[in-house]
Parts: sequence; structure tokens; C-alpha cells
Amino acid sequence: MVKKLLVSQAPHLHGKENTRRIMLDVLIALIPAVLVSVYFMGLSALSVFAVSIATCVAVEYLIQRYLINGPSTISDMSALLTAVLLALNLPPTSPWWMVMIGAVVAIGIAKMTFGGLGNNLFNPALVGRVVLLISFPVLMTDWTVPPSIFRVGADAISGATPLGIIKEGLAGGLTMEQLQGAHGFSYQYLLWGKIGGSMGEANAFALLLGFAYLLYRKVIRLHIPLTIFVTVALFTGILWLINPQQNADPLFHLLTGGILLGAIFMATDYVTSPMSTKGMIIFGVGIGVITVLIRVYGAYPEGISFAILIMNAMVPLLNMYCKPKRFGEVIKNG
Amino acid sequence: MSKTFSVGGIHPHDNKISANQAIENLPLPAVAYISMAQHIGAPAEPVVGKGDYVQVGQIIGKASGFISANIHASVSGVVKSVEPYPNPLGNKSMTVIIDVQGDEWMEGIDQSAELVGDINLSGPEIVKKIAEGGVVGLGGATFPTHVKLSPPPDKKAECLVLNGAECEPFLTSDHRLMLEKGAEIVVGTQLMMRALGVQKGYIGIEENKPDAIRHLSKLVKQHSGIEIVSLKKRYPQGGEKQLIEAVVKRQVPSMGLPIDIGVVVQNVGTALAVYEAVQKNKPLVEKVVTLTGRSLLNQRNFRVRIGAPLSELIAAVGGLPEDTVKVVLGGPMMGESALHLEAPVLKGSSAVLFLSEQETKRLPQSACIRCSKCIEACPMGLEPYLLYKYGLSNCVEELEQNHVYDCMICGCCMYTCPAYLPLLDMMRFSRNQVLAIMKNRPKN
Repeated sequence: MVKKLLVSQAPHLHGKENTRRIMLDVLIALIPAVLVSVYFMGLSALSVFAVSIATCVAVEYLIQRYLINGPSTISDMSALLTAVLLALNLPPTSPWWMVMIGAVVAIGIAKMTFGGLGNNLFNPALVGRVVLLISFPVLMTDWTVPPSIFRVGADAISGATPLGIIKEGLAGGLTMEQLQGAHGFSYQYLLWGKIGGSMGEANAFALLLGFAYLLYRKVIRLHIPLTIFVTVALFTGILWLINPQQNADPLFHLLTGGILLGAIFMATDYVTSPMSTKGMIIFGVGIGVITVLIRVYGAYPEGISFAILIMNAMVPLLNMYCKPKRFGEVIKNG
Repeated sequence: MSKTFSVGGIHPHDNKISANQAIENLPLPAVAYISMAQHIGAPAEPVVGKGDYVQVGQIIGKASGFISANIHASVSGVVKSVEPYPNPLGNKSMTVIIDVQGDEWMEGIDQSAELVGDINLSGPEIVKKIAEGGVVGLGGATFPTHVKLSPPPDKKAECLVLNGAECEPFLTSDHRLMLEKGAEIVVGTQLMMRALGVQKGYIGIEENKPDAIRHLSKLVKQHSGIEIVSLKKRYPQGGEKQLIEAVVKRQVPSMGLPIDIGVVVQNVGTALAVYEAVQKNKPLVEKVVTLTGRSLLNQRNFRVRIGAPLSELIAAVGGLPEDTVKVVLGGPMMGESALHLEAPVLKGSSAVLFLSEQETKRLPQSACIRCSKCIEACPMGLEPYLLYKYGLSNCVEELEQNHVYDCMICGCCMYTCPAYLPLLDMMRFSRNQVLAIMKNRPKN
């Protein structure tokens, strides 16, 4: 009996990782945030998710099937992930056609034009969001939330985001103390509450839960989120110490305006973030600094979306100049 | 506190399922195929011909050239023929094929188990006996040991590091040797230390072998100068450069050799072979080989005569398991898959590993998602994803600028890659290409 043997080069074993599993892990990490947004914002949130997912997956499939004539990669779940992230970056009141435009821009332009998964320079979901933000500024900053079916009798959630309220209030001559008193922005509220804002910003705790899962599964490394948090805290901390009446304190900044969603889920996107540790740290610091500059001196109350996209553009440069330390490069004697 | 290396590395399941199986002697084969090319360097010259009667331990191949090693008959019998015969990888080399008759050993070989601990020879005499005994590095690289123990005059060895890490999953032959032949390994270490003229020796063992660490620690108590170092369980802890860094806290420079920083590394199996060659006059004719695999019912560690066909080893464990699709010689990370099973055991064979389709399957490739897991895993601090990209477009200059020549072919990058890219297949090719260009470049 001669049994035919398989012959190949080493290694003969492979780790358990694969692309689909990684995408699935990120989706699992997003479950708390998705559930919370549906709980707080009800059916309108569900419909945003549904439209976003359907459009993203369909656009990717159609482009691959009819424009590229290549194999379909929708089964790797990356389009699904982009869709969920895009939805979490939109207000729950977004009309269906606006969500569709965002999804077409995200997948069609930001992802597939560059060559599909792995080749895009900018985070697709953020490109989708920013295009909508610039094109439909009124719709994109209307955070009025219809009462949820899950909270019978509840009032609609107030219209503006905490950062928006503060930016407007400070410009109108009020002090931080007055603003916080008037709107009840306690930390407890910011961590647990139904914060006005995009669907993903509704509850900080849900995002932190996802963060813990991603770290546990080793999908992401701590470097990028941590440097963003530290940079934002330091920068806003200095401003706050200089003038506490005109600047919000660091914790307030960290818990509002999508810093958590951005730092944990958007800035850590493999494709659009640097590869080496050194590069990751520079990337995170850059995002932190640009975010605070936009928040304090710029026209928008938030700013992390722009900060991430600007730093995305730096990634090829960071990859070229921040090389990992080679073994035996420096001879240590001692 | 266990020590380890500083860059990269992975943690595959160690699967040491055969660790509790004591070493058994495999019955003599009916025919032995003894290749003249069982080491790195020039193949040995056969010195016997068809019809000659040979005894165990008789030289049948003489070392030819500076980097070469003697080959001895591992069985007694009549030479059937001397002809090119394919090794397990299918490469043909001159092979002495012997019809086994009885088991007659050369005179002067001490086959007893009695420990000879007294060292009466000088350094050069020890090296000479090692060369005569055809001892080569048994960690897998099969570099002739006597050459490694004779550093060039401008380099000075400061210490000897013995490799007992056995970081490859599944392998247990070194583990069993340390448990069963610990005293002999310690004497072998002392012999090599004397040959090198060094006062300090280390034996590095991964912490997943606590019994071996305990046993050898007890044995070296009465010998000053030898220290047992516990190492973290991490692949490739047994890589030469990684082992040295963990033990002596120094990095071998890029493109350099361990001797550049005063270190010589030998495998624990080699230490035993050195002991036998020097103290017992017994050349390298036997090898401990692990037979293992998750679907194998009889895990075994066999003491095998070199040249025994793999098929006899496999028959001794009840034949190929039903679901085996790949037979790997050595560990799953760096071992080579066998092309045919009539091939012989070589000096460098450490294991026969049976893998099922489930275990060894490669999923279809997908696009690189720049997750940087390959960079994290690379123990040489390279960027495998980038080298792969340059390799695909054959950018040799960029490959050299990004140090592809530093790659040690450990397979960590490919093991980790979630896109199942053939990173190492490409790297192996690129590295050899770039090394050849660098070698042939005129020096100014």
C-alpha cells in the first residue's frame, strides 16, 4: 500500500487566527454599544443599522461582482463591520437616504476604490460620516431622539450633545460651572447615561466593555487608545488648570464627543493605523492633539473623526520611518 | 524566574504528548541506508565497496574537506551497494546500503552503561576524538561539532551554552535524554568546555520540562562552572540567537556568529554524542527519535540506528494513523515533510510527526489587513508583510535594505498571519536570493 503524502514547506501548523475571526471579534465587542443604542433610541436606531448594513454589504458585493469581476469577499465580514461602525457614528434620526449615501461613500469610495480590504488609506466608516457631516450639517447635528418603545412614557432626549452645549454656552459668555449645573452633566451621567450624540456615544460603559473584550482577545493593542486618552487628558488638563471657567475638565472631554468610540474602534482599525509600536504612539498622540485643537479652537464641537482621518494620511509615512527594533542591530555588551 | 529573549515569539500549544515514554531500543532494521551527506558541508567519501563486510562503528565514509564529518556503519553486515539514494526530502546522495547480519561491534567500543566521568584528555585530543566519532550538531542543523569547537584563532570563546530548550511543539527526544542520560550529558558538557578552554557552561531548559531542570540541577551541583537556566516556554526559545540572549543577555550581531560574542552553542543530544565518542569510543551510530502526533495511539521515543528506514519506525508504532496526510521529520514549525517513507533516519532526525489534514490545513489566502501580527511575532525584528510584498515584485534591493538576510526561517510570521499569506515560503526564497547576491558582490 502506498499512501500519498502531502508535501509542503514548514511551518506545518497555523495559529487559530483568521481575518474573519478578527472581524467577528470586533463585531462582538460592539454588541454592548449596539444594544444600548437600540435600548435608548428604539426603532429609529434599528432602522439606521439595517439600512447601513444592507447598503454596505450590497455595494461591496455589486462592485466585486460587476465592476471588478472578481471573487466576492463579503464573507470576511469587513463590510458588515464598516456598516455597524458607520451606523454608530450617525445620529439615530438620520433619514434612510442619508444613511445609504454614507454607506455608498464608505464602501464604494473609501474602501473599494483603493482596492478593497487592506488597501484603503482612510477609515471607510469615518469617511462616510465626515462626508455626511459636511454635506448635511443640519441633519447630522440634530440629536433629538424620539422616545424609545422600550421606555414607555419617557421624554425625548434633549437635542444637543454635551460638547455642543458647552461650546455654544462658552461662546455665549457662560462659565463651565453654570453650564454643568444647568444641564446636570455629572460623570455618572456621562458614564452610564443616555448621552445625546451619535448612536455609538450613547453610553461610555458599553464602549469600555467592548474595549476590555478586544484587549482580552488580543485583537487590538493598548498603544493607540491609551496614547489618545493620555494626550487628550494632558492637553485639556493644562487648558483646564489655566482657566477652569472657560474649559471643560479632562474627564469630561474623555467621556464625551466620541473619544471612546474613536479611540477604541476607529483609530485601531488595522488597515489604517501604523504597524510598529513607535508609529502607533506617534499616531495616537497626533490624534489626541488634533482632536483637542479642533474642540477648543475649531468650528466643530467634536473633532476626533477629523483627527483620525488626518492621521490616517500620515500612516504610510509612519510605516516607512518607524521600523521595529531589529535583533542584533545594537550589540549589547554587559 | 525563567529567562527569555526580547523580540517577537509565539506561543503554540506544546503538545509534548510523548514526554512520559521512556526511550526504547528499536529492533535492528533488515537493511540500513547510510547516506554520506548527513551534515552541513561536503559529503563524506565512501571508503567501502560492494561485498565488503562491515562492523558497527567502522568508518564507511571519510570526511572530505574542512567542514565535513566521518560516517560510520551503524549496523554490521555486507555492503549491498554504494549508490545514490533519495533522502526523506527526495534529494539523492551517495548512500552505503548494508544488508544487516547480526550485531557485531568494532573492538574498543565500550557499550556498557557504566558512567566514565574522569576526563584524562587535553582539549585538542578531545576535538580529535569528536571528529573521529563523526559527531555533528543534533539540534537539527548538523554542523560538524569538531569544527564548532575549534574557533578561528582571532576569536576567543568565553562560555558554552547547551541547548535543552526543545521549543518545537511535539518533540521530546531531548527531554527524555536529559532525564535518562543526564549524567552523561554533564560529562559531555565538561568535555566540550575543556576543548574550548572555557570555565563557564550553561544548560538552558524550557520550564515545561521541570523534571529535567530538577534532575540536571541536582547533577551539576558537584561541578562548579555549569549552571542550569530555566527558560520561558516560548517559540523559538531554542533558536541559537534567542537562546544566547536569554542566557547571557547579549545579542549576536546581525550577520554574525555566536563566537563573535564569545559563545558556542551545542545541543544536549550533541553533548551525549560527544561523551560517547570521547569516553566510550562510540561513534555516532544511534539517534533518539520521537514518534508522535495527535492521532497516534502509541507515542514512542525510540533509540534508532542511523540509516534505518522510516517505514520500520512507523511499523513499530502500528503503521500510519488513518487520518495522517503529512509526515514531518522534526518539529511542526521547522521540520521538513517527508516525500517517501523508505528513506532512512539521518543524524539530524529528531522526530517523525504525523499530522492530520485538520491540523496542517492552510486556509485560502486573503488580503493583508496590515494587522502587524507578523511584526510582533518576528523574533528578528523584521517586517514580514513588507518583505513579502517586496518579494512578490522581486525588489531585491528593497529586500536587502529591509534585512531579509536576518530571517532565521522560524515560521512565526506565517503561523500568526490571519490572512494565511505564504510569508515564509516567499521569505525563504528572497533570503537565499539576497544572500547569494551579497556573497558574490565584489568587496571594495
